[in-house]
Amino acid sequence: MCDQTFLAIVFGLCDKCSKEKPLRPVYIKSEQLSYCSLCVEMMATEGLQENETLASLKNEAESLKGKLEEERAKLHDVELHQVAERVEALGQFVMKTRRTLKGHGNKVLCMDWCKDKRRIVSSSQVCHCVDEHAVTMPCTWVMACAYAPSGCAIACGGLDNKCSVYPLTFDKNENMAAKKKSVAMHTNYLSACSFTNSDMQILTASGDGTCALWDVESGQLLQSFHGHGADVLCLDLAPSETGNTFVSGGCDKKAMVWDMRSGQCIQSFETHDSDINSVRYYPSGDAFASGSDDATCRLYDLRADREVAIYSKESIIFGASSVDFSLSGRLLFAGYNDYTINVWDVLKGSRVSILFGHENRVSTLRVSPDGTAFCSGSWDHTLRIWA
Amino acid sequence: MAQDMTEKELLKMELDQLKKEVKNERQMISKTGKEIKEYIESMVGEDPLLKGIPEDKNPFKEKGGCTIS
Repeated sequence: MCDQTFLAIVFGLCDKCSKEKPLRPVYIKSEQLSYCSLCVEMMATEGLQENETLASLKNEAESLKGKLEEERAKLHDVELHQVAERVEALGQFVMKTRRTLKGHGNKVLCMDWCKDKRRIVSSSQVCHCVDEHAVTMPCTWVMACAYAPSGCAIACGGLDNKCSVYPLTFDKNENMAAKKKSVAMHTNYLSACSFTNSDMQILTASGDGTCALWDVESGQLLQSFHGHGADVLCLDLAPSETGNTFVSGGCDKKAMVWDMRSGQCIQSFETHDSDINSVRYYPSGDAFASGSDDATCRLYDLRADREVAIYSKESIIFGASSVDFSLSGRLLFAGYNDYTINVWDVLKGSRVSILFGHENRVSTLRVSPDGTAFCSGSWDHTLRIWA
Repeated sequence: MAQDMTEKELLKMELDQLKKEVKNERQMISKTGKEIKEYIESMVGEDPLLKGIPEDKNPFKEKGGCTIS
């Protein structure tokens, strides 16, 4: 006599398809459910599909990246410094601090020049408008600030997730805070902002991974730019002659070039090894430079669609926080977390000069609109003007 | 927002972007690099930080000195 084994089958309503069928127990997220055999089969294959999809997406991405590299390599017939071989080397540079501005009581995080080439707005934990009239704007943790093209307003924002516009008035009796207008709203900190060609529109970059274009008057979102896989740290608008594009850099190590009207990303570059803290268009608009936590600055040529130069030295191990070009584009100024400013020969790739003076990280650096000087801001609470 | 997206969604976004970019038109560096060089050479004469400004014309020089009356 053999033992007889009985399989007890339970009939009932399937928890998934609600049909009356023989049921089997299944465990989903440690909860016991009863599925019919058909649903059990489907669930098993779905799980498989899910994993397959993720892996196959990754594979597809890798192979596309490989293909992109191949296409780009085809145009890499020559190095930039080779093209520039016959260009005269630069002589010795004597650049000194001409002014030290000590109005802030906190780390300077950002600054911008007014188009009149003399006024500056700079920001820290409290926003200041620094010139002959030092005006304090009551916003806190201001990571980004910008002067309006007319010189009549400034925009700033930071950990408040917003970008606000303050019309400038030099009437000391007026309360600046009262006239504040909240323009942009992100879901994470504001890392960068810039007016477009007029006082009417602002472009913002945020820790929420997006950039956005806003109408100042109505506060309406005009366009949003999705594509970064992590916080966006910086942006720069193309020089007006070259049309409606801007470049952004982020914690995903990517620099992306966007079409402002369509919201599409036109080109992207992923050659840095760490966060990109600063991006700046080359004066002609055909290229842009980036500064990164990987201690290098790089030049990307937009028409060749690739990186064409790296500005680095073994002795430079601290991140570059901020970069800007001189008027002709021959010099690239870069501020670093090791308190120095390095000046690079854009064409030859060599360092021309190293500037000391700040007593803490250089956090922001901009060349004046007429190219006669540049200003650096630092965690040592000061701004320095160099010429 | 990047912070709210799943790994799969981020990958898909990247993939769509890559597909577009592979089709972009590109030019040789020998050509574009040359244009960058030429742009610089044309502007070099105007670049105050490159060629320096005489001290008396420098708007940021500390105003100092004495006047003799």
